[in-house]
Amino acid sequence: MNAASNEATCKGAAIDIDGISKFYGGFTALENVSLRVEPGEFMSFLGPSGSGKTTTLNLIAGFTDLSGGDIRLDARSIGHVPAHKRNIGVVFQHYALFPHMSVAQNVAYPLKQRRVGKAERARAVEEALRKVQLDSFAHRYPSELSGGQQQRVALARAMVFGPSLLLMDEPLGALDKKLREVLQLEIKRIHRELGSTFVYVTHDQEEALVLSDRIAVFNRGRIEQVGTGQTLYTAPQTLFVGQFIGESSVLRGPHRSAGGETMLTVAGTALTAPGAANGEGAQVILLRPEAVMVQAPGTGPQEGRCNILSGVVREMLYLGSAMKYEVTLADGSHVTARTPTQGAPFALGATVELAWRPQESVLLADDGSTAGH
Amino acid sequence: MSVLTGRAPRGALLLTLPAIAVLLLVMAVPFGVIVLRSFAEPVPGLANYVWFFQTPVNLTVLARTFTIAFWVTACCVLVAYPYAFAMSIAGPRLRLALIMCVLVPFWVSGVVRTLAWVILLQDSGVINRILLALGFEKVRLIRTQLGVTIGMTQVLLPFMIMPLYAVMRGIDLRLLQAARSLGAHPVKSFFQIYLPLSLPGVFAGATLVFILSLGFYITPLLLGGPQSTMLSTLIQQQVLSLLSWGRGGAMGVVLLVATFGVLALAGPFMRRSYQISGGSR
Repeated sequence: MNAASNEATCKGAAIDIDGISKFYGGFTALENVSLRVEPGEFMSFLGPSGSGKTTTLNLIAGFTDLSGGDIRLDARSIGHVPAHKRNIGVVFQHYALFPHMSVAQNVAYPLKQRRVGKAERARAVEEALRKVQLDSFAHRYPSELSGGQQQRVALARAMVFGPSLLLMDEPLGALDKKLREVLQLEIKRIHRELGSTFVYVTHDQEEALVLSDRIAVFNRGRIEQVGTGQTLYTAPQTLFVGQFIGESSVLRGPHRSAGGETMLTVAGTALTAPGAANGEGAQVILLRPEAVMVQAPGTGPQEGRCNILSGVVREMLYLGSAMKYEVTLADGSHVTARTPTQGAPFALGATVELAWRPQESVLLADDGSTAGH
Repeated sequence: MSVLTGRAPRGALLLTLPAIAVLLLVMAVPFGVIVLRSFAEPVPGLANYVWFFQTPVNLTVLARTFTIAFWVTACCVLVAYPYAFAMSIAGPRLRLALIMCVLVPFWVSGVVRTLAWVILLQDSGVINRILLALGFEKVRLIRTQLGVTIGMTQVLLPFMIMPLYAVMRGIDLRLLQAARSLGAHPVKSFFQIYLPLSLPGVFAGATLVFILSLGFYITPLLLGGPQSTMLSTLIQQQVLSLLSWGRGGAMGVVLLVATFGVLALAGPFMRRSYQISGGSR
């Protein structure tokens, strides 16, 4: 699944994060986090603010000191190497271009620190600027550039010295949506061209899905799950991950497990989900909107076994290729369904049946997470 | 910087009228009179200027005035730079305390502060008694250039700290983090990134302190001796003791022209450093 396999000339570094922690006084920013990033992989750290993703990035970059554990870059411990000797490129959300230097001088800065000769420096700067399509801006100053252009310069500056690892801390966070999408494609292209390992911090799950080989989902100073976007979407291991990635509905109720299945009673109806209960506590069923069919009451199962719930249409949105329904159940909980646009849509206030195949139900332990990123 | 470049609405000019009127009355008019009298008294002509430049003591004092102003400015930069930096990175409480440490002496009259320095610096003063107690020899401080420089530095320090602090507060410290990630040793990143960005503050403060030093009167008078007289003291002698308004006026004009000369020299540097850091916001 990861990028390591698709390139023989790969020069990315492997990162081994080994039980790292970070405490600020009594506050735990990060507790016993372990993770391996493969050489050349594009790994995203995804999570809400304060979840520890940026702390982890700062620890890798060397901006803050570890409270415990170790970080290895290609099996070499960097836990106590000062930031300026780590040879890691960093791109910041706030660009952090040096305002008193021209674009070319900014990009040449890391080469100057490494005492690269003048001719070689000029050549490398030009090439890096060409990679981000800003070769004609070399003599401008950062204040004369737009946000998107500034971030491209920052990207050129972070990769010009050929680091085997590039860290990006919400690099597109300050840009508007259109520009973000353009730059996402460019970052992906640059990742392919460079072959370096990329670690990308974001709180935007769509961005993480679009860019990454794998995603590490952070929550409250821990990693909840690591996996490809598809794994996280279809097989979340925790309710938090399920709700953070993509749209979902959560059904709660008393449960009973038997014969490799679990029955959850929601609004008086028994629903089937595959698998035994996760631990002792309360269980929930997580549903993706596209798994739920909306049908007229009394239609019943269309094929095979089906979970069926009835409810009232509270909200309907026409999305062009699909209709999105918000349906309220008898117990007051909501289910979101997205169905292909066909035939006459159900009206607001209409009573409908929601039907889905049991294997579409994701059974998870209730960790108290609520929707809303 | 937008304040300087932004176009003022027409009404704003009206608001400056009272200030312009006051300045005309108490600055431009008396100054015009002084210039006039320097050429007209006691006889019309350049006699006062010829006298100024042909009297060695005048030239000595003029040179000394600039020398002392230079050293005072240099000392102010050295003392104020780390202090202003500390202010710019301190937490809100420490920052308030540091600001008060600058402002409270500022609110005390310069005369009082200078007299305090007399007590500290005199031959049997606090500093010399401490030196003696520690087994060192006495140092002549009062009525020396060193004493004048020390006193003026302290009195003028706020004029250096405040502009520096204003500029430093606007410098994004995360730039230093970026520099480190690009391979710069922390000390190097300070000299390559922070220092250039703080230069507008250094220039603003230095210009202010230097110009104020040139015309300083009370402190050099009380702390200095015959060997550390500054031009302002000579002017005062000419005008108030010898009642020679013409010569006094000529000296004033010379001082002013010299000051403009310094500003003209510093101008290009200041413009450059402002341009350099112009995009720091």
